[in-house]
Amino acid sequence: MKRGWLYVVSLWVLLMAAGCSNGEQSTSGTSGEPVELMVSAAASLTDALEEMKASFEDEHPEITLTFNFASSGKLVQQIEQGAPSDVFLSASPKDMDKLQEEKLIDEATRVDFTANELVLIAEKDSSLMVDLFEDIDPAAIDHFAIGEPESVPVGRYTKEVLEHLNLWEPLQSKIVLGSDVRQVLTHVEMGNADLGVVYSSDAKISDQVKVLASANPEWHGPIVYPGAVVADSKHSEEAKAFLTFLTSEKGKEILNQFGFQ
Amino acid sequence: MQTTDYTPLILSLKVAGISTVIVFIAGAFFAHLFARKQFFGKSILESLFLLPLVLPPTVVGFGLLILFGKKGWIGSWLLEWFDVQVVFTWIGAVIASIVVSFPLMYQSASAAFQNLDARLENAARTMGASEWKVFRTITFPLAWPGLLAGLVLSFARGLGEFGATLMLAGYIPGKTDTIPMAIYFAVESGNMEKATFWVVMIVALGFSTILWLNWWSRRSVQRYRNEQL
Repeated sequence: MKRGWLYVVSLWVLLMAAGCSNGEQSTSGTSGEPVELMVSAAASLTDALEEMKASFEDEHPEITLTFNFASSGKLVQQIEQGAPSDVFLSASPKDMDKLQEEKLIDEATRVDFTANELVLIAEKDSSLMVDLFEDIDPAAIDHFAIGEPESVPVGRYTKEVLEHLNLWEPLQSKIVLGSDVRQVLTHVEMGNADLGVVYSSDAKISDQVKVLASANPEWHGPIVYPGAVVADSKHSEEAKAFLTFLTSEKGKEILNQFGFQ
Repeated sequence: MQTTDYTPLILSLKVAGISTVIVFIAGAFFAHLFARKQFFGKSILESLFLLPLVLPPTVVGFGLLILFGKKGWIGSWLLEWFDVQVVFTWIGAVIASIVVSFPLMYQSASAAFQNLDARLENAARTMGASEWKVFRTITFPLAWPGLLAGLVLSFARGLGEFGATLMLAGYIPGKTDTIPMAIYFAVESGNMEKATFWVVMIVALGFSTILWLNWWSRRSVQRYRNEQL
């Protein structure tokens, strides 16, 4: 309940922003004028979206894409605080649900545009003999890197998997928490953590790690990536066009290329 | 109300405390060594000392990972000879804190040593004082206000260090969660109650430290002046 004031402040900021945008819309916003689309995207999408930028801008020369990458949890907070953003691409339905409840996204535009899976990784020269998640032996490793479960979606899924396999408690003393999925990857890449759990898309972009095992999707909540237009966007048409591109054949092809499904 | 875990407070004080002691001695030593010497490469070396001040914390953290990681130059050596792993331990937090606060100490100390009147030291030498006695009775007391400023800044910087620490020490609740780390993850997970608690704590801690040291420095400067009279 102590967060009440936060909502009051963010509501006030939003009202101010809405007031400003109403005034501006009468003078600008006509099609054909260059538009800068601010896309707030989960950190795990970084490489796929950078690649997609050129293809999308070729199709829509009037639109320039600008990305803001962070963990989904942080992006939710930024949008709650009224950070300018047109599209929100989340790595977890939970974070999107939160904004939907607060009416900060345009519900009608929400779409699950891709999916991902959890993989167990080790440094590429690692001598650990692990072929399955079930094979993880807490006694055989010093450090196990995962995302922070409360704030990083990949960490939450990992915790679900480890709990399902009764490995969460035994691994407690070995766990190192990363502030986002890329940090987990770095810990394993540099050999500081023996094992780590990341998305298959992250494992794919690194040539310093090898994938030991994939998690059974039944062990954790669905890893789908929902996208939606931010309710406060001044460029909702262009934002919708970008979401359409994400789900198009071309968009899917690029996402697949980077390990998404 | 959940029971509060005070490990971040104890850990932060331990990390900042140890790092400050090391930084104070090393910073004062190098600053004194270099104060009146001119040698080839001095500017380069000094620039290197001050580099962590201008680099983003993540760059410092990444550099430290490369040096102190299991496969890093120093890290692999420490592991092989002493079986010590720095990464993901509170020692990693101390190292990160040392590296980012050293420039502040060095800068304050070299200003202090350069500004003091060399004739006073020479006068003592002509009267037969040993180098150690000159340092202890002339150089150090005269440089003290500057050294103290460096000490305060180093401690404050160590207390607030976050970026490089997160990379080198990782986030392990109960082991490497300093106050800034606890605040970051509490905010990230929307636990505003916990975040607020630690924010109030670190503000109180930082403020009272600086207040106390300021008061202490004024008093000790006064005392040295009185002794001189």
